[in-house]
Amino acid sequence: MIDYNSKINDSIKSVKPSGIRKFFDIVNEMDNVISLSIGEPDFKTPWHIRKAGIKSLEMGRTWYTPNRGFAELREEISEYMKRKCDLTYQPKSEVVVTVGGSEAIDIAIRCLVGEGDEVLIPQPSFVCYEPLTIMAKATPVIIETKIENNFRLTVDDIKDKITDKTKLLILPYPNNPTGAIMEKEDLEAIAQLVLEHDLMVLSDEIYSELTYGINNHISIACIKGMKERTVVINGFSKSYAMTGWRLGFACGPKEIIEMMTKLHQFCIMSAPTTAQYAAIEALKNGDDDIALMRDEYDMRRRLVVGSLNNMGLTCFEPKGAFYCFPCIKSTGLTSDEFCTKLLHSKHVALVPGSAFGECGEGFVRLSYSYSLKHLKKALKLIEEFLEEL
Amino acid sequence: MDKLLKILSENSAYTPQQLAFMLNEPEDYIKAQIKEYEDNGTIRGYQAMVNWEKVPDADVMAIIELKVTPQKEKGFDEIAEKVMMFDEVSSVYLMAGAYDLALVVKGETIQDISSFVARKLSALEGIVSTATHFMLKRYKEGSVALVDVDEPTDRREMIL
Repeated sequence: MIDYNSKINDSIKSVKPSGIRKFFDIVNEMDNVISLSIGEPDFKTPWHIRKAGIKSLEMGRTWYTPNRGFAELREEISEYMKRKCDLTYQPKSEVVVTVGGSEAIDIAIRCLVGEGDEVLIPQPSFVCYEPLTIMAKATPVIIETKIENNFRLTVDDIKDKITDKTKLLILPYPNNPTGAIMEKEDLEAIAQLVLEHDLMVLSDEIYSELTYGINNHISIACIKGMKERTVVINGFSKSYAMTGWRLGFACGPKEIIEMMTKLHQFCIMSAPTTAQYAAIEALKNGDDDIALMRDEYDMRRRLVVGSLNNMGLTCFEPKGAFYCFPCIKSTGLTSDEFCTKLLHSKHVALVPGSAFGECGEGFVRLSYSYSLKHLKKALKLIEEFLEEL
Repeated sequence: MDKLLKILSENSAYTPQQLAFMLNEPEDYIKAQIKEYEDNGTIRGYQAMVNWEKVPDADVMAIIELKVTPQKEKGFDEIAEKVMMFDEVSSVYLMAGAYDLALVVKGETIQDISSFVARKLSALEGIVSTATHFMLKRYKEGSVALVDVDEPTDRREMIL
Protein backbone atom coordinates (compact mmCIF):
# COMPACT_ATOMS: atom_id res chain seq x y z
CA MET A 1 0.00 0.00 0.00
CA ILE A 2 1.52 3.30 -1.07
CA ASP A 3 1.21 6.20 1.34
CA TYR A 4 0.26 8.79 -1.25
CA ASN A 5 0.13 11.48 1.38
CA SER A 6 3.88 11.21 1.76
CA LYS A 7 4.34 11.27 -1.99
CA ILE A 8 2.43 14.48 -2.64
CA ASN A 9 4.00 17.94 -2.59
CA ASP A 10 3.31 19.67 0.74
CA SER A 11 2.51 22.96 -0.97
CA ILE A 12 -0.47 21.64 -2.89
CA LYS A 13 -1.66 19.84 0.23
CA SER A 14 -1.63 23.13 2.10
CA VAL A 15 -3.85 24.85 -0.49
CA LYS A 16 -7.37 25.05 0.91
CA PRO A 17 -9.99 23.38 -1.30
CA SER A 18 -12.59 25.73 -2.71
CA GLY A 19 -15.07 26.47 0.06
CA ILE A 20 -18.10 26.51 -2.17
CA ARG A 21 -17.63 23.10 -3.70
CA LYS A 22 -19.98 21.54 -1.14
CA PHE A 23 -22.61 24.15 -1.88
CA PHE A 24 -22.49 23.56 -5.63
CA ASP A 25 -22.53 19.81 -5.16
CA ILE A 26 -26.04 20.37 -3.79
CA VAL A 27 -26.92 22.76 -6.63
CA ASN A 28 -25.88 20.21 -9.22
CA GLU A 29 -28.12 17.55 -7.75
CA MET A 30 -31.22 19.73 -7.82
CA ASP A 31 -33.55 20.11 -10.77
CA ASN A 32 -34.94 23.40 -12.03
CA VAL A 33 -32.34 25.58 -10.40
CA ILE A 34 -32.33 29.16 -11.64
CA SER A 35 -28.70 30.03 -11.45
CA LEU A 36 -27.11 33.46 -11.26
CA SER A 37 -23.79 31.97 -10.34
CA ILE A 38 -21.94 31.52 -13.63
CA GLY A 39 -18.71 33.45 -14.14
CA GLU A 40 -18.48 33.64 -17.91
CA PRO A 41 -20.28 35.44 -20.75
CA ASP A 42 -23.59 33.98 -21.92
CA PHE A 43 -22.87 35.22 -25.45
CA LYS A 44 -21.43 32.88 -28.01
CA THR A 45 -18.15 33.86 -29.63
CA PRO A 46 -19.09 36.21 -32.53
CA TRP A 47 -19.50 34.24 -35.74
CA HIS A 48 -16.72 35.91 -37.75
CA ILE A 49 -14.28 34.96 -35.00
CA ARG A 50 -15.50 31.36 -34.88
CA LYS A 51 -15.25 31.27 -38.67
CA ALA A 52 -11.59 32.29 -38.57
CA GLY A 53 -10.92 29.34 -36.25
CA ILE A 54 -12.87 26.98 -38.49
CA LYS A 55 -11.06 28.21 -41.57
CA SER A 56 -7.67 27.53 -40.00
CA LEU A 57 -8.81 23.96 -39.27
CA GLU A 58 -10.09 23.49 -42.79
CA MET A 59 -6.70 24.56 -44.08
CA GLY A 60 -5.07 22.01 -41.83
CA ARG A 61 -3.18 24.51 -39.72
CA THR A 62 -2.92 22.26 -36.74
CA TRP A 63 0.70 22.54 -35.68
CA TYR A 64 2.30 24.22 -32.67
CA THR A 65 2.82 27.95 -32.96
CA PRO A 66 5.99 29.78 -31.88
CA ASN A 67 6.35 29.57 -28.08
CA ARG A 68 5.39 33.20 -27.55
CA GLY A 69 2.45 32.94 -29.96
CA PHE A 70 2.11 33.85 -33.64
CA ALA A 71 4.01 37.00 -34.57
CA GLU A 72 0.88 38.40 -36.23
CA LEU A 73 -1.13 37.87 -33.06
CA ARG A 74 1.52 39.55 -30.92
CA GLU A 75 1.53 42.48 -33.31
CA GLU A 76 -2.26 42.73 -33.05
CA ILE A 77 -2.02 42.55 -29.25
CA SER A 78 0.53 45.32 -29.26
CA GLU A 79 -1.73 47.38 -31.53
CA TYR A 80 -4.69 46.65 -29.21
CA MET A 81 -2.78 47.79 -26.10
CA LYS A 82 -1.90 51.00 -27.91
CA ARG A 83 -5.47 51.56 -29.11
CA LYS A 84 -7.20 50.79 -25.84
CA CYS A 85 -4.71 51.76 -23.15
CA ASP A 86 -2.21 53.96 -24.96
CA LEU A 87 0.58 51.60 -23.93
CA THR A 88 3.40 50.62 -26.25
CA TYR A 89 4.73 47.08 -26.04
CA GLN A 90 7.22 45.54 -28.46
CA PRO A 91 5.51 42.52 -30.03
CA LYS A 92 8.82 40.70 -30.35
CA SER A 93 9.94 40.93 -26.75
CA GLU A 94 7.25 42.33 -24.46
CA VAL A 95 4.24 40.13 -25.24
CA VAL A 96 3.57 36.45 -24.57
CA VAL A 97 0.42 34.56 -25.57
CA THR A 98 -0.83 32.15 -22.90
CA VAL A 99 -3.50 29.56 -22.17
CA GLY A 100 -6.07 31.99 -20.81
CA GLY A 101 -5.33 34.80 -18.39
CA SER A 102 -4.97 32.06 -15.76
CA GLU A 103 -1.73 30.68 -17.14
CA ALA A 104 -0.33 34.19 -17.47
CA ILE A 105 -1.10 34.81 -13.78
CA ASP A 106 0.56 31.55 -12.79
CA ILE A 107 3.77 32.05 -14.74
CA ALA A 108 4.01 35.71 -13.79
CA ILE A 109 3.79 34.85 -10.09
CA ARG A 110 6.27 32.01 -10.46
CA CYS A 111 8.72 34.23 -12.33
CA LEU A 112 8.45 37.10 -9.87
CA VAL A 113 8.38 35.56 -6.40
CA GLY A 114 9.78 32.65 -4.45
CA GLU A 115 10.54 31.49 -0.92
CA GLY A 116 10.61 34.30 1.60
CA ASP A 117 8.78 36.80 -0.60
CA GLU A 118 5.43 38.28 0.31
CA VAL A 119 2.65 38.91 -2.18
CA LEU A 120 -0.12 41.43 -1.47
CA ILE A 121 -3.48 40.03 -2.54
CA PRO A 122 -6.58 42.24 -2.28
CA GLN A 123 -9.82 40.43 -1.44
CA PRO A 124 -12.64 39.80 -2.24
CA SER A 125 -11.12 38.62 -5.48
CA PHE A 126 -10.86 35.75 -7.92
CA VAL A 127 -9.72 32.61 -6.17
CA CYS A 128 -6.47 31.75 -7.93
CA TYR A 129 -3.95 34.25 -6.58
CA GLU A 130 -3.51 32.76 -3.12
CA PRO A 131 -3.01 29.11 -4.21
CA LEU A 132 -0.63 30.10 -7.01
CA THR A 133 1.41 32.19 -4.58
CA ILE A 134 1.61 29.24 -2.21
CA MET A 135 2.70 26.96 -5.06
CA ALA A 136 5.46 29.45 -5.84
CA LYS A 137 6.59 29.03 -2.20
CA ALA A 138 5.92 32.70 -1.48
CA THR A 139 3.66 34.01 1.28
CA PRO A 140 0.25 35.47 0.48
CA VAL A 141 -0.64 38.58 2.47
CA ILE A 142 -4.34 39.29 2.26
CA ILE A 143 -5.54 42.87 1.93
CA GLU A 144 -9.18 43.40 2.83
CA THR A 145 -10.90 45.97 0.64
CA LYS A 146 -13.96 47.64 2.10
CA ILE A 147 -17.52 48.35 1.07
CA GLU A 148 -17.18 51.95 2.29
CA ASN A 149 -14.56 52.44 -0.44
CA ASN A 150 -16.74 50.59 -2.96
CA PHE A 151 -14.15 47.81 -2.72
CA ARG A 152 -11.47 49.92 -4.35
CA LEU A 153 -7.95 49.35 -3.11
CA THR A 154 -6.69 52.25 -1.03
CA VAL A 155 -3.29 53.15 0.37
CA ASP A 156 -4.71 52.80 3.89
CA ASP A 157 -5.72 49.20 3.14
CA ILE A 158 -2.19 48.28 2.13
CA LYS A 159 0.33 50.39 3.93
CA ASP A 160 0.45 48.47 7.20
CA LYS A 161 0.86 45.20 5.35
CA ILE A 162 4.04 46.16 3.54
CA THR A 163 7.22 44.69 5.04
CA ASP A 164 10.75 44.48 3.73
CA LYS A 165 9.78 41.10 2.27
CA THR A 166 6.94 42.46 0.16
CA LYS A 167 7.73 42.04 -3.49
CA LEU A 168 4.57 41.90 -5.54
CA LEU A 169 1.13 43.52 -5.50
CA ILE A 170 -1.74 41.81 -7.29
CA LEU A 171 -4.21 44.31 -8.72
CA PRO A 172 -7.43 42.53 -9.76
CA TYR A 173 -9.54 45.28 -11.35
CA PRO A 174 -12.20 45.45 -12.78
CA ASN A 175 -12.94 43.02 -10.00
CA ASN A 176 -14.60 39.65 -9.81
CA PRO A 177 -16.72 39.31 -7.60
CA THR A 178 -17.43 42.89 -6.52
CA GLY A 179 -17.61 44.69 -9.88
CA ALA A 180 -15.34 47.38 -8.41
CA ILE A 181 -13.02 49.37 -10.64
CA MET A 182 -10.04 51.64 -10.05
CA GLU A 183 -10.04 55.14 -11.49
CA LYS A 184 -6.99 57.19 -12.33
CA GLU A 185 -6.64 58.91 -8.96
CA ASP A 186 -7.03 55.60 -7.12
CA LEU A 187 -4.25 54.11 -9.24
CA GLU A 188 -1.98 57.12 -8.78
CA ALA A 189 -2.12 56.74 -5.00
CA ILE A 190 -1.29 53.04 -5.21
CA ALA A 191 1.45 53.68 -7.76
CA GLN A 192 3.19 56.09 -5.42
CA LEU A 193 3.27 53.46 -2.70
CA VAL A 194 4.56 50.85 -5.15
CA LEU A 195 7.37 53.17 -6.23
CA GLU A 196 8.27 54.07 -2.65
CA HIS A 197 8.63 50.43 -1.67
CA ASP A 198 10.16 49.22 -4.93
CA LEU A 199 7.39 46.67 -5.58
CA MET A 200 6.23 44.97 -8.76
CA VAL A 201 2.59 44.81 -9.85
CA LEU A 202 0.63 42.03 -11.50
CA SER A 203 -2.39 43.79 -12.96
CA ASP A 204 -5.13 41.31 -13.89
CA GLU A 205 -7.21 43.27 -16.40
CA ILE A 206 -9.22 40.44 -17.89
CA TYR A 207 -12.46 42.46 -17.50
CA SER A 208 -10.94 45.66 -18.92
CA GLU A 209 -13.48 45.89 -21.76
CA LEU A 210 -16.43 45.62 -19.42
CA THR A 211 -16.72 48.93 -17.61
CA TYR A 212 -19.86 51.03 -17.36
CA GLY A 213 -20.65 54.67 -16.79
CA ILE A 214 -17.00 55.71 -16.71
CA ASN A 215 -14.46 56.48 -19.36
CA ASN A 216 -12.47 53.52 -20.56
CA HIS A 217 -10.61 51.26 -18.20
CA ILE A 218 -7.22 52.63 -17.16
CA SER A 219 -4.28 50.34 -16.59
CA ILE A 220 -1.92 51.06 -13.72
CA ALA A 221 0.86 50.66 -16.31
CA CYS A 222 -0.26 54.04 -17.72
CA ILE A 223 0.72 55.83 -14.50
CA LYS A 224 4.15 57.45 -14.68
CA GLY A 225 6.93 55.09 -13.68
CA MET A 226 4.65 52.05 -13.56
CA LYS A 227 4.96 50.45 -16.98
CA GLU A 228 8.41 49.14 -16.11
CA ARG A 229 7.04 47.68 -12.84
CA THR A 230 3.87 46.09 -14.13
CA VAL A 231 2.93 42.86 -15.83
CA VAL A 232 -0.45 43.48 -17.46
CA ILE A 233 -2.58 40.39 -17.92
CA ASN A 234 -5.51 40.28 -20.26
CA GLY A 235 -7.20 37.84 -22.61
CA PHE A 236 -10.01 37.07 -24.98
CA SER A 237 -12.39 35.19 -22.67
CA LYS A 238 -14.50 37.97 -21.23
CA SER A 239 -14.14 40.69 -23.86
CA TYR A 240 -14.86 38.55 -26.92
CA ALA A 241 -16.87 35.80 -25.19
CA MET A 242 -14.11 33.27 -25.93
CA THR A 243 -13.74 31.45 -22.61
CA GLY A 244 -13.56 27.96 -24.09
CA TRP A 245 -10.83 28.90 -26.56
CA ARG A 246 -8.44 29.34 -23.62
CA LEU A 247 -6.39 32.29 -24.77
CA GLY A 248 -4.82 35.13 -22.84
CA PHE A 249 -1.68 37.21 -22.88
CA ALA A 250 0.77 39.12 -20.73
CA CYS A 251 2.59 42.34 -21.55
CA GLY A 252 5.45 43.71 -19.50
CA PRO A 253 9.14 44.54 -19.28
CA LYS A 254 11.11 42.35 -21.68
CA GLU A 255 13.31 40.87 -18.94
CA ILE A 256 10.22 39.48 -17.20
CA ILE A 257 8.36 38.44 -20.34
CA GLU A 258 11.56 36.63 -21.37
CA MET A 259 11.49 34.56 -18.15
CA MET A 260 7.73 33.96 -18.42
CA THR A 261 8.21 32.75 -21.99
CA LYS A 262 10.92 30.36 -20.82
CA LEU A 263 8.59 28.86 -18.22
CA HIS A 264 5.67 28.84 -20.67
CA GLN A 265 7.82 27.04 -23.23
CA PHE A 266 8.62 24.23 -20.78
CA CYS A 267 5.17 23.76 -19.27
CA ILE A 268 2.85 24.62 -22.18
CA MET A 269 4.90 24.79 -25.40
CA SER A 270 2.47 27.13 -27.10
CA ALA A 271 -1.11 28.30 -26.64
CA PRO A 272 -3.85 26.60 -28.73
CA THR A 273 -3.24 27.18 -32.44
CA THR A 274 -6.87 27.37 -33.59
CA ALA A 275 -7.62 29.85 -30.85
CA GLN A 276 -4.73 32.04 -31.96
CA TYR A 277 -6.11 32.26 -35.50
CA ALA A 278 -9.51 33.19 -34.10
CA ALA A 279 -7.94 35.77 -31.79
CA ILE A 280 -6.23 37.56 -34.68
CA GLU A 281 -9.65 38.03 -36.27
CA ALA A 282 -11.10 39.15 -32.91
CA LEU A 283 -8.48 41.87 -32.48
CA LYS A 284 -8.74 43.01 -36.09
CA ASN A 285 -12.51 43.20 -36.45
CA GLY A 286 -14.09 42.63 -33.05
CA ASP A 287 -14.38 46.08 -31.47
CA ASP A 288 -18.04 46.40 -32.49
CA ASP A 289 -18.89 43.03 -30.94
CA ILE A 290 -17.46 44.20 -27.64
CA ALA A 291 -19.54 47.38 -27.76
CA LEU A 292 -22.74 45.43 -28.41
CA MET A 293 -22.14 42.98 -25.58
CA ARG A 294 -21.14 45.78 -23.20
CA ASP A 295 -24.39 47.65 -23.91
CA GLU A 296 -26.40 44.55 -23.22
CA TYR A 297 -24.53 43.83 -19.95
CA ASP A 298 -25.02 47.44 -18.94
CA MET A 299 -28.79 47.23 -19.34
CA ARG A 300 -28.89 44.05 -17.28
CA ARG A 301 -26.61 45.59 -14.68
CA ARG A 302 -28.94 48.53 -14.16
CA LEU A 303 -31.99 46.29 -13.93
CA VAL A 304 -30.34 44.03 -11.36
CA VAL A 305 -28.78 46.75 -9.20
CA GLY A 306 -31.95 48.86 -9.25
CA SER A 307 -34.15 45.91 -8.37
CA LEU A 308 -31.86 44.65 -5.57
CA ASN A 309 -31.64 48.07 -3.93
CA ASN A 310 -35.39 48.34 -4.23
CA MET A 311 -35.97 45.10 -2.38
CA GLY A 312 -33.64 46.19 0.42
CA LEU A 313 -30.45 44.36 -0.49
CA THR A 314 -28.12 47.32 -0.62
CA CYS A 315 -25.82 47.10 -3.53
CA PHE A 316 -23.12 49.64 -4.39
CA GLU A 317 -22.97 50.43 -8.05
CA PRO A 318 -20.61 47.96 -9.73
CA LYS A 319 -18.86 49.67 -12.62
CA GLY A 320 -17.02 46.72 -14.11
CA ALA A 321 -17.15 43.01 -15.00
CA PHE A 322 -20.61 41.38 -14.96
CA TYR A 323 -21.24 40.85 -11.27
CA CYS A 324 -22.92 42.72 -8.50
CA PHE A 325 -22.19 42.16 -4.86
CA PRO A 326 -25.16 43.03 -2.67
CA CYS A 327 -24.86 43.18 1.11
CA ILE A 328 -27.12 40.67 2.86
CA LYS A 329 -26.30 41.63 6.45
CA SER A 330 -29.78 43.13 6.92
CA THR A 331 -31.23 39.61 6.77
CA GLY A 332 -29.20 38.51 9.79
CA LEU A 333 -27.97 35.50 7.83
CA THR A 334 -24.41 34.59 6.88
CA SER A 335 -23.57 34.46 3.16
CA ASP A 336 -23.63 30.71 3.27
CA GLU A 337 -26.96 30.52 5.10
CA PHE A 338 -28.50 33.07 2.76
CA CYS A 339 -27.46 31.16 -0.35
CA THR A 340 -28.45 27.77 1.07
CA LYS A 341 -31.89 28.99 2.16
CA LEU A 342 -32.50 30.77 -1.12
CA LEU A 343 -31.52 27.64 -2.99
CA HIS A 344 -33.81 25.37 -1.00
CA SER A 345 -36.84 27.63 -0.85
CA LYS A 346 -36.70 29.28 -4.30
CA HIS A 347 -34.22 27.18 -6.26
CA VAL A 348 -32.13 30.26 -7.04
CA ALA A 349 -28.36 29.81 -6.90
CA LEU A 350 -26.00 32.68 -6.00
CA VAL A 351 -22.40 32.45 -4.82
CA PRO A 352 -21.66 33.25 -1.15
CA GLY A 353 -19.30 36.23 -0.90
CA SER A 354 -17.12 34.28 1.51
CA ALA A 355 -15.95 32.14 -1.43
CA PHE A 356 -13.82 35.11 -2.48
CA GLY A 357 -12.08 35.69 0.83
CA GLU A 358 -13.17 36.12 4.45
CA CYS A 359 -14.00 39.78 3.92
CA GLY A 360 -16.63 38.73 1.38
CA GLU A 361 -18.74 37.48 4.30
CA GLY A 362 -22.02 39.39 4.50
CA PHE A 363 -22.24 39.66 0.71
CA VAL A 364 -23.33 37.44 -2.15
CA ARG A 365 -22.21 37.48 -5.75
CA LEU A 366 -24.83 37.68 -8.43
CA SER A 367 -23.75 37.29 -12.05
CA TYR A 368 -25.82 39.14 -14.64
CA SER A 369 -24.35 37.21 -17.49
CA TYR A 370 -27.83 35.90 -18.25
CA SER A 371 -30.73 36.90 -20.49
CA LEU A 372 -33.07 39.64 -19.26
CA LYS A 373 -35.88 37.09 -19.11
CA HIS A 374 -33.84 34.82 -16.85
CA LEU A 375 -32.74 37.73 -14.64
CA LYS A 376 -36.30 39.00 -14.26
CA LYS A 377 -37.51 35.62 -13.15
CA ALA A 378 -34.67 35.19 -10.65
CA LEU A 379 -35.11 38.70 -9.22
CA LYS A 380 -38.78 38.06 -8.62
CA LEU A 381 -37.95 34.88 -6.70
CA ILE A 382 -35.30 36.65 -4.62
CA GLU A 383 -37.87 39.32 -3.75
CA GLU A 384 -40.37 36.67 -2.67
CA PHE A 385 -37.66 35.00 -0.60
CA LEU A 386 -36.88 38.24 1.25
CA GLU A 387 -40.55 38.87 1.95
CA GLU A 388 -40.96 35.40 3.42
CA LEU A 389 -37.86 35.61 5.65
CA MET B 1 -33.95 52.53 -33.18
CA ASP B 2 -35.38 53.72 -29.88
CA LYS B 3 -34.24 51.33 -27.15
CA LEU B 4 -37.53 51.48 -25.30
CA LEU B 5 -39.43 50.31 -28.40
CA LYS B 6 -36.88 47.60 -29.03
CA ILE B 7 -37.27 46.23 -25.50
CA LEU B 8 -41.06 46.41 -25.54
CA SER B 9 -41.27 44.75 -28.95
CA GLU B 10 -39.35 41.80 -27.53
CA ASN B 11 -41.18 41.67 -24.20
CA SER B 12 -43.84 44.11 -23.08
CA ALA B 13 -44.15 42.63 -19.59
CA TYR B 14 -41.62 44.91 -17.86
CA THR B 15 -42.87 47.31 -15.23
CA PRO B 16 -42.16 51.01 -15.86
CA GLN B 17 -39.76 50.84 -12.92
CA GLN B 18 -37.78 47.99 -14.47
CA LEU B 19 -37.63 49.86 -17.76
CA ALA B 20 -36.46 52.95 -15.89
CA PHE B 21 -33.59 50.96 -14.35
CA MET B 22 -32.63 49.37 -17.64
CA LEU B 23 -32.63 52.57 -19.65
CA ASN B 24 -31.28 54.78 -16.89
CA GLU B 25 -34.18 57.21 -17.16
CA PRO B 26 -36.70 58.45 -14.57
CA GLU B 27 -39.79 56.28 -14.22
CA ASP B 28 -42.07 59.21 -15.06
CA TYR B 29 -40.21 59.77 -18.30
CA ILE B 30 -40.71 56.11 -19.25
CA LYS B 31 -44.43 56.31 -18.48
CA ALA B 32 -44.79 59.50 -20.51
CA GLN B 33 -42.83 58.04 -23.40
CA ILE B 34 -44.98 54.91 -23.52
CA LYS B 35 -48.13 57.03 -23.37
CA GLU B 36 -46.87 59.15 -26.24
CA TYR B 37 -46.16 56.06 -28.32
CA GLU B 38 -49.63 54.74 -27.57
CA ASP B 39 -51.28 58.07 -28.32
CA ASN B 40 -49.50 58.67 -31.61
CA GLY B 41 -50.10 55.11 -32.75
CA THR B 42 -46.49 53.94 -32.68
CA ILE B 43 -47.52 51.28 -30.18
CA ARG B 44 -50.74 49.72 -31.45
CA GLY B 45 -51.28 47.19 -28.69
CA TYR B 46 -49.76 44.42 -26.64
CA GLN B 47 -50.17 40.72 -27.22
CA ALA B 48 -48.89 37.48 -25.81
CA MET B 49 -46.49 35.47 -27.96
CA VAL B 50 -48.49 32.29 -28.20
CA ASN B 51 -46.81 29.17 -29.44
CA TRP B 52 -49.74 27.86 -31.48
CA GLU B 53 -47.92 24.61 -32.04
CA LYS B 54 -48.87 23.76 -28.46
CA VAL B 55 -52.57 24.47 -28.96
CA PRO B 56 -54.47 21.43 -30.29
CA ASP B 57 -57.23 23.25 -32.19
CA ALA B 58 -55.19 26.24 -33.33
CA ASP B 59 -56.09 28.08 -36.50
CA VAL B 60 -54.80 26.97 -39.89
CA MET B 61 -52.56 29.56 -41.54
CA ALA B 62 -51.70 30.32 -45.14
CA ILE B 63 -49.60 32.80 -47.03
CA ILE B 64 -51.29 34.13 -50.14
CA GLU B 65 -49.41 35.77 -52.98
CA LEU B 66 -51.55 38.28 -54.85
CA LYS B 67 -50.98 39.81 -58.24
CA VAL B 68 -53.13 42.87 -58.65
CA THR B 69 -53.74 45.65 -61.14
CA PRO B 70 -52.60 48.94 -59.62
CA GLN B 71 -55.29 51.63 -59.63
CA LYS B 72 -54.86 55.06 -61.15
CA GLU B 73 -53.27 57.50 -58.66
CA LYS B 74 -53.84 55.19 -55.70
CA GLY B 75 -51.39 52.52 -56.86
CA PHE B 76 -51.61 49.45 -54.63
CA ASP B 77 -52.99 51.20 -51.56
CA GLU B 78 -56.65 51.01 -52.43
CA ILE B 79 -56.70 47.26 -53.01
CA ALA B 80 -54.43 46.62 -50.01
CA GLU B 81 -56.79 48.59 -47.79
CA LYS B 82 -59.75 46.60 -49.05
CA VAL B 83 -57.98 43.28 -48.46
CA MET B 84 -56.93 44.16 -44.94
CA MET B 85 -60.53 44.72 -43.86
CA PHE B 86 -61.30 41.00 -43.97
CA ASP B 87 -61.18 39.36 -40.51
CA GLU B 88 -59.44 36.33 -42.00
CA VAL B 89 -56.43 38.44 -42.98
CA SER B 90 -53.89 38.95 -40.19
CA SER B 91 -51.07 40.64 -42.16
CA VAL B 92 -50.75 42.44 -45.47
CA TYR B 93 -47.45 43.45 -47.11
CA LEU B 94 -46.63 45.18 -50.39
CA MET B 95 -43.79 43.25 -51.99
CA ALA B 96 -41.08 43.84 -54.53
CA GLY B 97 -40.61 40.98 -56.99
CA ALA B 98 -42.73 38.32 -58.64
CA TYR B 99 -46.04 39.31 -56.99
CA ASP B 100 -47.50 42.44 -55.43
CA LEU B 101 -49.18 41.72 -52.10
CA ALA B 102 -48.44 39.04 -49.53
CA LEU B 103 -51.19 38.15 -47.07
CA VAL B 104 -51.12 36.03 -43.97
CA VAL B 105 -54.53 34.45 -43.57
CA LYS B 106 -56.05 32.45 -40.70
CA GLY B 107 -59.02 30.12 -40.61
CA GLU B 108 -60.39 27.33 -38.45
CA THR B 109 -60.00 24.78 -41.26
CA ILE B 110 -58.40 24.50 -44.68
CA GLN B 111 -61.91 24.73 -46.14
CA ASP B 112 -62.44 28.10 -44.45
CA ILE B 113 -59.35 29.50 -46.12
CA SER B 114 -60.19 27.93 -49.48
CA SER B 115 -63.64 29.42 -49.44
CA PHE B 116 -62.24 32.81 -48.35
CA VAL B 117 -59.91 32.82 -51.36
CA ALA B 118 -62.51 31.52 -53.84
CA ARG B 119 -65.48 33.58 -52.72
CA LYS B 120 -64.20 36.77 -51.12
CA LEU B 121 -60.67 37.48 -52.32
CA SER B 122 -60.92 36.46 -55.99
CA ALA B 123 -64.14 38.38 -56.31
CA LEU B 124 -62.41 41.69 -55.59
CA GLU B 125 -61.91 43.97 -58.55
CA GLY B 126 -58.27 44.29 -59.58
CA ILE B 127 -57.10 40.85 -58.43
CA VAL B 128 -55.20 39.21 -61.29
CA SER B 129 -54.17 35.98 -59.62
CA THR B 130 -53.73 34.30 -56.25
CA ALA B 131 -51.37 31.57 -55.03
CA THR B 132 -52.17 30.05 -51.65
CA HIS B 133 -49.49 28.32 -49.56
CA PHE B 134 -50.67 26.50 -46.44
CA MET B 135 -48.31 26.51 -43.49
CA LEU B 136 -47.36 23.14 -42.10
CA LYS B 137 -45.35 24.01 -39.01
CA ARG B 138 -44.17 27.10 -37.19
CA TYR B 139 -40.51 27.19 -36.17
CA LYS B 140 -40.05 30.82 -35.24
CA GLU B 141 -42.39 33.79 -34.99
CA GLY B 142 -41.74 37.40 -33.99
CA SER B 143 -38.07 36.61 -33.27
CA VAL B 144 -39.10 33.87 -30.83
CA ALA B 145 -38.12 30.27 -31.46
CA LEU B 146 -41.14 28.00 -31.12
CA VAL B 147 -39.19 24.76 -31.19
CA ASP B 148 -36.34 23.94 -28.85
CA VAL B 149 -33.26 23.98 -30.98
CA ASP B 150 -29.54 23.92 -30.38
CA GLU B 151 -29.06 24.42 -26.66
CA PRO B 152 -32.28 24.34 -24.71
CA THR B 153 -30.38 24.51 -21.44
CA ASP B 154 -27.48 26.57 -20.23
CA ARG B 155 -24.36 24.49 -20.76
CA ARG B 156 -22.05 26.74 -18.82
CA GLU B 157 -20.59 25.15 -15.73
CA MET B 158 -17.79 27.39 -14.54
CA ILE B 159 -18.84 29.08 -11.33
CA LEU B 160 -15.93 31.31 -10.39
